Amino acid sequence: MRYAMAIDTRKCVGCSDCVVACQTENNVPIGYCRDWVVEVTDGTYPQLEIEIRSERCNHCENSPCVRCCPTGASHYEAGGLVLVTPHKCIGCGACVVSCPYDARYSHPDGYVDKCTFCMHRIQKGQQPACVEVCPTKCMYFGDLDDPNSDVSRVLKKRKFKTLIPEAGTKPHVYYLI
Amino acid sequence: MSGSRRDFIKISALSAAGLLLGGHYVQSAMSGKKSAGNLGSAVPLRTPTYCEVCFWQCAGWVYKNEKGDIQKVVGNDDDPNCNGRLCPRGTGGVGMYHDEDRLKTPLLRIKDQDGNQTFTEVSWEEAFDFIAERLQKIKEEHGPECIALFTHGSGGNYWGNMLKAFGSSNIAAPSYSQCRGPREVAFITTFGDGLNSPEPLDIRDTRCLVLIGSHLGENMHNGQVQEMSDAIDKGAAIITVDPRYSTAASKSKFWLPIKPATDIALLLSWIREIINNGWYDKEYINQYAYGFEELKNHVQPFTPEWAYGITTIRPEQIRETAREMANAAPSVIIHPGRHVTWYGDDTQRLRAVAILNALLGSWGRRGGFFIPEKKSVPEYPHPPYPAPRRTWREAMNGKYPLADLALASGVCDATIPSPDLDCSIKAWIVNGTNLIMTLPDQKKTIDAINNLELMVVVDTMPMEITGYADVVLPECTYLERWDDLRVAQGRNSSVALRMPAAEPKYNTKPAYWMAKEVAIRLGLGAYFAWETFEEKLDWQLKQIGSSLEEMKRIGVKNLPREFDDLFFAPGDDHEFYTNTGKIELYSTALAAEGFDPMPVYTPHMEPPAGYYHLNYGRAPMHTFSRTANNPNLVDLMDENTVWVNPKVANEWGLTNGQPVYLENQDGVIAKFPVKVRVTERIRFDSVYIVHGFGHADKKLSRAYGKGASDADLITRVLMDPIMGGTGMRGNFVTFRFNKESEVQS
Repeated sequence: MRYAMAIDTRKCVGCSDCVVACQTENNVPIGYCRDWVVEVTDGTYPQLEIEIRSERCNHCENSPCVRCCPTGASHYEAGGLVLVTPHKCIGCGACVVSCPYDARYSHPDGYVDKCTFCMHRIQKGQQPACVEVCPTKCMYFGDLDDPNSDVSRVLKKRKFKTLIPEAGTKPHVYYLI
Repeated sequence: MSGSRRDFIKISALSAAGLLLGGHYVQSAMSGKKSAGNLGSAVPLRTPTYCEVCFWQCAGWVYKNEKGDIQKVVGNDDDPNCNGRLCPRGTGGVGMYHDEDRLKTPLLRIKDQDGNQTFTEVSWEEAFDFIAERLQKIKEEHGPECIALFTHGSGGNYWGNMLKAFGSSNIAAPSYSQCRGPREVAFITTFGDGLNSPEPLDIRDTRCLVLIGSHLGENMHNGQVQEMSDAIDKGAAIITVDPRYSTAASKSKFWLPIKPATDIALLLSWIREIINNGWYDKEYINQYAYGFEELKNHVQPFTPEWAYGITTIRPEQIRETAREMANAAPSVIIHPGRHVTWYGDDTQRLRAVAILNALLGSWGRRGGFFIPEKKSVPEYPHPPYPAPRRTWREAMNGKYPLADLALASGVCDATIPSPDLDCSIKAWIVNGTNLIMTLPDQKKTIDAINNLELMVVVDTMPMEITGYADVVLPECTYLERWDDLRVAQGRNSSVALRMPAAEPKYNTKPAYWMAKEVAIRLGLGAYFAWETFEEKLDWQLKQIGSSLEEMKRIGVKNLPREFDDLFFAPGDDHEFYTNTGKIELYSTALAAEGFDPMPVYTPHMEPPAGYYHLNYGRAPMHTFSRTANNPNLVDLMDENTVWVNPKVANEWGLTNGQPVYLENQDGVIAKFPVKVRVTERIRFDSVYIVHGFGHADKKLSRAYGKGASDADLITRVLMDPIMGGTGMRGNFVTFRFNKESEVQS
């Protein structure tokens, strides 16, 4: 099993619903976030393009954050999830700086926190909170090993990219372009 | 301001008594939960609600955490308004509940020995006695018609009920004359039906969606944003007309960066192209429309070349986009928009939109406009209302004859005594609408308020309007109260229940209780005959074959459509509610009132050198000015910026993030500086800010002084002579690097 997410930049309107849904679902303290929205404008008036992306931990197959963690708090979980065990984390922040996607933050309670793909929800067969709330339905989640999962199907159909592929991290978040 | 009868009072710091009372409520809520045995339960307790953060009123579920605190709100899967997906504001609605800056206890304006006006905390009884006594006195001296209600949101029903029982029908919502009114009148005069809310647009099945200044995706009209996304999935072409490269523009096949205030020219040219090329739906027009020949003759001068000179949109682009619409017809929607009070000829612009839709045969067609099902739920029985002797219309001297609802701005005007008025309005009840930010021309609004004998403000937050009140009634948030059922129109009608998920925090109360208490003191208790609100809801629900018990479980009930008439059947006879019984391309109603029966382009003022069109709009994470202090939503966006084209920024030496003051054509300077956002996404003749920021009340600890308020700068109002809409896009601004202290109080 390899969990992955595909996000359609053609449908995303950048409303940040995914951000606030994640915050309320996962009790992320106000002022912090596990996911965020990036808007990139290209061109000059009136020949313009915008790409809007909801970004989060890429749950990389080759995660620098797991490699650099001195205590083993950052680890791989079944399904390829990259997680942090709070009680093992000493808050050194090595993972925060090692992540090319800036996906981690230091929680005020002294540990490092990040997106879990809402593991507590997917274990119950639900979708991650961001996927479930998105008004544009621009996010697809599922198992890459299952050819019939939403994410496998949409990746078969559409052109996609990953972020900073040159970092060699093998991300599991795909952007449909 | 020293001569004013009514000084603006900042809501003072919370007293110890207020805190204690608040603490007590939280305590009792907690202990109540413990005894109910919900702690530690595996299944989280959920209660149904519908959202009050905007007017879309999506239904959802409120979930609590193990401690019994409200944790999150999620959409109800059965709700056609949201399909289980709330927008960021609905998801962040919990912030309204947690906001520690809320109004906490009733306040009464008093004058101390030195003549200073302050608010003092009073009991609910004192507040109600004071209100009832003043209302009674106004009724005796001037008549009950001299009392008006301004409302946005659920509470308006109860205050409206009280007012109608008292003998006044002056019930106005700024959502009409400051927002969607021109659209309603335009569609009523064309198709015999308004659009209402949510608009009956079949966006999910459309093949071509045309957005004219409508920024879907930035305005989170939830169902429409969802359907726009569906339409993108299915390959629909979007055409966006906007001087700004909006989010929607970035999803569009065509973006027409139009010169501001010239939309009617583009629309007339499109109409001409579609008629002259024979691209209109001939059968549909023959069968259903009135005035085609007149329209055809009328639009002959409006060539794409003519429109190019006005709109700056190239003729071939006008032709190409007209063709795109025609190819998609009848599955095409020229979107009617929502906030359409722009330039004072708005009814005529929306008439052009309606006519274009009619020519393409999209009204009553799949992928166009569907026929909404509008079921209602019976009112709880009450005695008949007395007929009011006068209404706001008498104060209008026959102006705005086609307004089909009360004008908030009209009621405001009718409050300022003038020789033409035999009686001006003496009391306002203001429910959930921050008129200072909502109505244009703040000076006039404050002038009107200064003529009042009583102003009661009902709100959850210390908005600017509360500072002018005689009595402030703190309402609990939608997460803490029962409210009337939400009955929504749509492909089918649906009913949604709101019930409290928690006890009201602080000393706050629901509006239905307040209105009933005041009504009892006015001898009008019979109009609120229910003992408890639950009893009233249960009675109403039983009339439609449901019950409160059922609704607590399901939250939303979809009522099946009575007939299979979502769209016109081919060739079907159809009677439209217009004078001719047809779709009026030529409007007999407008002609009869002496207005242009077909839309005409009139040039609008252009900004002088160094000034720019002040365009304003929405951000997806905020609603009006009401969410600017919501902790969850402030976390997503805490201030607005002024969008400036790089060429303009270069001329002025402006850089990204630099704070500037905006000054308008009348020398009015916005109260607070706003940061510059240099972006290619805006035309060189315009600037853009998101509405709802620049709050001036310090008690809004997160919103105070953050960004600029367009409401400060909208001092020129372009009135729509047809229905009294207040056009607000005729203002121009320039940049100032500092601000003299004496300007603007």
